[in-house]
Amino acid sequence: MTTRLTIVSTLLLAALVTACGKKNPPIARPTPPPPPAAAAANPARPPAPPEPVPEPTVVPPVPVPNDTVASASLDDLNRNSPLMPVFFELDSAELSPVAQMSLKEDAELLKRNASWAVTIEGHCDERGTAEYNLALGERRAVAARAYLVSLGISADRLKTVSYGKEFPFDAGHDEAAYQKNRRAHFVITAK
Amino acid sequence: MIDKLTTLTTLFAAAALVAAAPQAPAPQKPPDIAVTLTGENGQPPRLAVPQFIAITKDAETQAIAKTITDVLFDDLTFEREYALIPRDTYATIPAATSFTDVPIDRWRELNADYVVVGTVQKMPTGIQIQVRLLAARDRSQAFGKEYSGSSANPRIYAHTISDELHALRGVRGIARTKIAFASDRDGERLGGTIEQRTVQEVYMEDYDGEGARRLTVNRTLNITPRWSPDGRSLAYTSYRRGGPNIFIQNIYEGTNSDLTKDGASYLPAWSPDGTRIAFMSTHDGNPELYVANRDGSNVRRITNNPAIDEAPTWSPAGNQIAFVSDRTGSPQVYIVNADGTGLQRLTTAESYADKPTWSPAPNSEIAFSSRNGPGSDIKVINLATRMIRQLTFGEGTNESPTWAPNGRHLAFVSTRAGKNQIFTISADGKNLRQITKVGNNKFPDWSN
Repeated sequence: MTTRLTIVSTLLLAALVTACGKKNPPIARPTPPPPPAAAAANPARPPAPPEPVPEPTVVPPVPVPNDTVASASLDDLNRNSPLMPVFFELDSAELSPVAQMSLKEDAELLKRNASWAVTIEGHCDERGTAEYNLALGERRAVAARAYLVSLGISADRLKTVSYGKEFPFDAGHDEAAYQKNRRAHFVITAK
Repeated sequence: MIDKLTTLTTLFAAAALVAAAPQAPAPQKPPDIAVTLTGENGQPPRLAVPQFIAITKDAETQAIAKTITDVLFDDLTFEREYALIPRDTYATIPAATSFTDVPIDRWRELNADYVVVGTVQKMPTGIQIQVRLLAARDRSQAFGKEYSGSSANPRIYAHTISDELHALRGVRGIARTKIAFASDRDGERLGGTIEQRTVQEVYMEDYDGEGARRLTVNRTLNITPRWSPDGRSLAYTSYRRGGPNIFIQNIYEGTNSDLTKDGASYLPAWSPDGTRIAFMSTHDGNPELYVANRDGSNVRRITNNPAIDEAPTWSPAGNQIAFVSDRTGSPQVYIVNADGTGLQRLTTAESYADKPTWSPAPNSEIAFSSRNGPGSDIKVINLATRMIRQLTFGEGTNESPTWAPNGRHLAFVSTRAGKNQIFTISADGKNLRQITKVGNNKFPDWSN
């Protein structure tokens, strides 16, 4: 659309300039002598009309409506992390004995609060690459979920998601920070 | 000389598994573009790029002429197909006022093979640019063109001219290409959760770092953007509906579509013909690779292994997919046919390899991130010889490589400047440039 418009307006302009021939005389386009080398990019012929240089325009993005129900009481509930996170070794999604103990306690709490729905988030530390960590985070979340299901929690109460290394809990660059970030983290999404 | 020596020394000092000294890739020569311009003895032609001439004398036109000249000089310097004569030597050469009074003998004295001469003229409808490439030997014209359009973004004229001049060298220019990436530069936080989490939105910018613009306002994590082959759409992973799904945004139409709805899909990769997208999903219980049509239909699974399978990238012919699997215990690069048959392992000497990116034809190379101590470095494996060369050497951590469409450069993420920033580097490891500066910028993807 824009291209056609530009070509038309350019041609009209060229016609106008040729017709009026005043302030801006047509710019001389001398026919070049035949170049000695084989590189004959411009043999003698009438010059081509100016080539339009369009630049496509990005349509501004529409903000996505905020459809998450703001729930102060859920935030209050989650602020205290009632469901204990479980932590992992580097590059691993194996549940250690300590992790299993935490999950047993989480299972008890989930049984006592049978209406709670939970999202299990898998997280990684900043080492390792971003892409693999998205998958590893999934593995960690799924491992925690599978264990909870084996303890009798209904699978449809438990969603999983991975944030890879994109949402660290501790922004530090030492093992203490890394250890906090290699985790499955529980967020209550309904009660 | 010194460069070569430093590179070789560093290589020997690096892991013994790295093979011979890095070889510069052969210049891309698309079959339909012959090399029409060479310098002496096949060397890059020596090129002078004096200031474009403002035909209309107003300040705006003069500023446009300067911008076009500067950007063209940078674009030509980037590709290293012309030997640019340094601009500080131009001071003694009288400026031409038109194509007919170019002091070609003076340029010849500076050893130029060719001179780029350009004019800029303000028109009622915008601007008109004329450019000619004159041989210093005899003033003959090796190239000439006129362009017209808006004056809003003068850089596009320089980029267009640069691509034309590279076509004369038998090289596909990339001056008009774009880089998509994820950025937290707006500093927005995810609401409704206990931890303070900074969102990432999808952005794009010119290959040289200019003209960054935001493409999503989803107020959540939006990562791993990938350009469709026609450059008009971006597929990306977004958590805008809770769990991660792949969305497709048609950025020049202002429309969107969903590729997936399972809330467990990540890492889209377009087939070279733009009809299919490969991606990772855990909807069957563990991370596997799938291929779907771009409208989301005909989802078929192409890996079948309890291990992690992720990070797909298509071969230029669209019949194979390279990806990462940790089925042997650590993430390694594999290649499989697009229908899931013919699995073969590619990396055997890395402790950990991720995010393969398949070079465009005719080069047959895959770049990837390779674990190196606490961080990663970018490596390139040649598929024919299986030789590996290393491009970064522990300057911060370096990951997420993506090829330029002419196979001569890569963009990647590095922490060498502090935060996560995007850099470009030439395929021979030279010519490093930082192209993002604000916030954290990750997951780059280079358009066609």
